[in-house]
Amino acid sequence: MTVTDQLAQYLASGLVVGGVYALIGLGFVIVYSVTRIINFAQGEFVMLGALLMVTFEARGLPAAAAFACTVAAVAALGALLERAAIHPIRGAPPLAALIVTIGASIALRGGALVLWGTDPVALPPFSPGPPHHVLGATVVRQGFWVLAVAAVVFAALWFFFTRTYPGTAVRACAVNARAARLMGIRVDRMFLLAFALSGALGAVAGAVIAPITYATYDMGLMLGLKGFVAAVLGGLVSPPGAIAGGFLLGLLESFSAGLISSAYKDAVAFIVLIVLLLVQVAGWLPWRVAEET
Amino acid sequence: MRVILALALSVLALGWGVPAAYAQEAYKIGAIFSITGPGSSLGIPERDTALMIEAEVNAKGGVKGPDGKLHPLKLVIYDDASDETKAVLAAKKLIDEDKVTAIVGTTLSGTSLAILDTVQKAEVPLVSCAAAAKIVEPVAERKWVFKTPQSDFLITGVLADYLKAKGLTKVAWLNVDYAFGQQGWIEFEKAAQKAGLTIVANEKFGQKDVDMTAQLTKVKAANPQATIIWSIPPSASIATKNYADLGIKAPMFQSHGVGNKKYIELAGPASNGVLFPAGKLLVAEQLTDNDPQRAVLLAYAKDFEAKYGPRNTFGGHAWDALYVVLGAMEKAGTDRAKVRAAIETTRGFVGITGVFDFSPADHNGLDRRAATMIQIVDGQWRMAK
Repeated sequence: MTVTDQLAQYLASGLVVGGVYALIGLGFVIVYSVTRIINFAQGEFVMLGALLMVTFEARGLPAAAAFACTVAAVAALGALLERAAIHPIRGAPPLAALIVTIGASIALRGGALVLWGTDPVALPPFSPGPPHHVLGATVVRQGFWVLAVAAVVFAALWFFFTRTYPGTAVRACAVNARAARLMGIRVDRMFLLAFALSGALGAVAGAVIAPITYATYDMGLMLGLKGFVAAVLGGLVSPPGAIAGGFLLGLLESFSAGLISSAYKDAVAFIVLIVLLLVQVAGWLPWRVAEET
Repeated sequence: MRVILALALSVLALGWGVPAAYAQEAYKIGAIFSITGPGSSLGIPERDTALMIEAEVNAKGGVKGPDGKLHPLKLVIYDDASDETKAVLAAKKLIDEDKVTAIVGTTLSGTSLAILDTVQKAEVPLVSCAAAAKIVEPVAERKWVFKTPQSDFLITGVLADYLKAKGLTKVAWLNVDYAFGQQGWIEFEKAAQKAGLTIVANEKFGQKDVDMTAQLTKVKAANPQATIIWSIPPSASIATKNYADLGIKAPMFQSHGVGNKKYIELAGPASNGVLFPAGKLLVAEQLTDNDPQRAVLLAYAKDFEAKYGPRNTFGGHAWDALYVVLGAMEKAGTDRAKVRAAIETTRGFVGITGVFDFSPADHNGLDRRAATMIQIVDGQWRMAK
C-alpha cells in the first residue's frame, strides 16, 4: 500500500464520517439559530433514527419506506419535544432550555434502553455488495449512501431556506425574532418547525450510519458531541459552516489517526474545539457563541 | 425479625447453636455488573447466570453453612452502567447498607480497579469477573480481591505461543482505548517479546468509534502476517467489518472479549476465520471425555441456554465467582475475614473458566490450561488446529 493510497483512504474515511457529523451539526445550527437553544437531545435523535430504522426494517418495511417512516417519526418527536418541554418555558433564559434538552436526552436514552435493550443491533446496508475502490481507497457502499443522502439533504435545505416562504421566515427569525414577529411571522411556529427539522436531520444521520456502526441505545451521546463540535467549528449559526465543520472534523479525526497517532484521535477533535472557543473569546472571530440572549 | 436475627447471631457467636424453630439467617452476597452501557453484552449474561444460580441454590433449600443448617441465598445485584463512579457507589451501598458478606463483579477491568480501594478498606472479599491482571496484583496489596477470568498475561501468552508455532512472527496490533484494551497491549507486548514476535503496527480506537478504517489502513501498509484486535463488540465487530472491507488478507486474531454470539451476529461473514484465545466453554462439546471440566461446562451450557440463549464465557466468569464465594461461605459462614481465608485456600475447584487453585500468592488461581485457541467457522466456534 503506497503512501498516496493511504492518504486517499484517510480522505475517504474522513469524508464519510464527516458527512454524518455535518448532518448532526446542521440539526444543532437550525435549532440554535432560531431559538438560541443548544439542543443536547440532538444526538438522541440520531440514536432514535438508527434504532427505528432497524425496527421498521425488521417489521418487513422496504428500506425506502422504513427510512421515510423513521424520519417522519423522529421529526414528530422533535416537534413534540418542543411543544411539551420548550414551549411551556418560553421566555426563560436559554440556560433553562438547555438544561431541559439535557434532561430530554437522558429521558430519550432511558426510553430507548427500555424499548430496545442494551445489545447493539445490525442493519443491512442499503445496497449490499463488496466495497468500491476509488483512487486507491476502499469505500464501503454504505459510505456512498452517506455522502449521497447528505448531499441531497444539503441541497433540499438550501432550497428550503432560500427559495420558499417558510424557509425565509425561519431565517428571519434567526436574524431577528422581534422584527420577524412585527412582520407577522408566528415565531413560536418557527420554533416548532426548527425542532421538527432537527429531528428529521438527526433521523437521517442515524438511519444512514446504522449499517456501518450498528445501532445502540447509547450511541447518541458521542455522535451528538461530535455534531456539536462540527456546529461550533462552523460558527453555530451558519448551515454551510456546520457542513464545512462536519467534514473538517471527520477529516481531522481520520488524518490525525492515520498520520499522528490513533491514541489521540478524539483528543485532536476536542482540542480543536477548545482552541476555537479560546480564539473566539479573544475576539478574533466575527461570530459569538456563549452570550447570545 | 431484626431482634430475632440479632439474638440468633449472638447465640451463634457464643457457640450454643440456634434453635431449629427460627428461620435461618439469609446469606447475602452482593453483585455489581455492567447491565447497561458499553459492557452490557458481558454484564447481562453475568447477571442472568447469577440469578440462575440463586434460584438453583434456593430450590435446594439454600446454602449449607458451617453450622450445618441451610441458609437461603440472597443476591443483591446493582448495575454500574459500565461506569467507574457508579461502580464505587454500588460497592459502598452493598457494604454499608446491604451489609453483604462478599461481592462478586464487576464486569469490566476499569470498574473493578475503581472499587479496589473501597473493598480493601472495608475488608470485604471481592471476586471480580474482569480480566486485567492488575486487579489481583501485586497480591500483597490485594488481600481481599480475587478474580475468575484468565489474566491477560495467561491469554496473551497462549496467543503469542500460537502465533509463533504457526510462523506468524510479524504482527500488527490494535486495541480499544480503555482498561481492557490497554492492559491487553501491555501484556501482549511482553508475551510477544518472549515469543520473539515483531510488532509492526500498534493502533488504538475508541469503544464508541464509528469507523476504524484509518487505523487499519496503517495496519495494511505495515503488511503484517497476522493482525490482533483487542476489544469487545460493537467496536470489535466494526473493526472486523472494516478489516474485511479493506481486503486485508492476513489472518485476524481477536481477544477473549469476542466470546459471544453477538460478535458473530454483528460482524456477519467478516467474522469467518477469526481466531481468538478463550476458555473452553464455547467448545465444550468438542472436548475429550477425560477433560476435567467437560461435565461442568456441558451442564452450565445446557442450563443457561435453556433459559437465556447462547452461552458465553462472561456468564461463566460470574458462575465461577459466585460458586467460589458460596464454597467459602459453606466453610466460613458470614464472617468476612474467614470467607476471605476460605477463598484463598480453595483448591481444585472445577469451574467454567478453568480449574482454580487459589493461594496467598495467586488470587486468580488459573494456569494456561484455562485457555485454548478457538476459530469462528461459518458462524460456529471450532477448536483451532
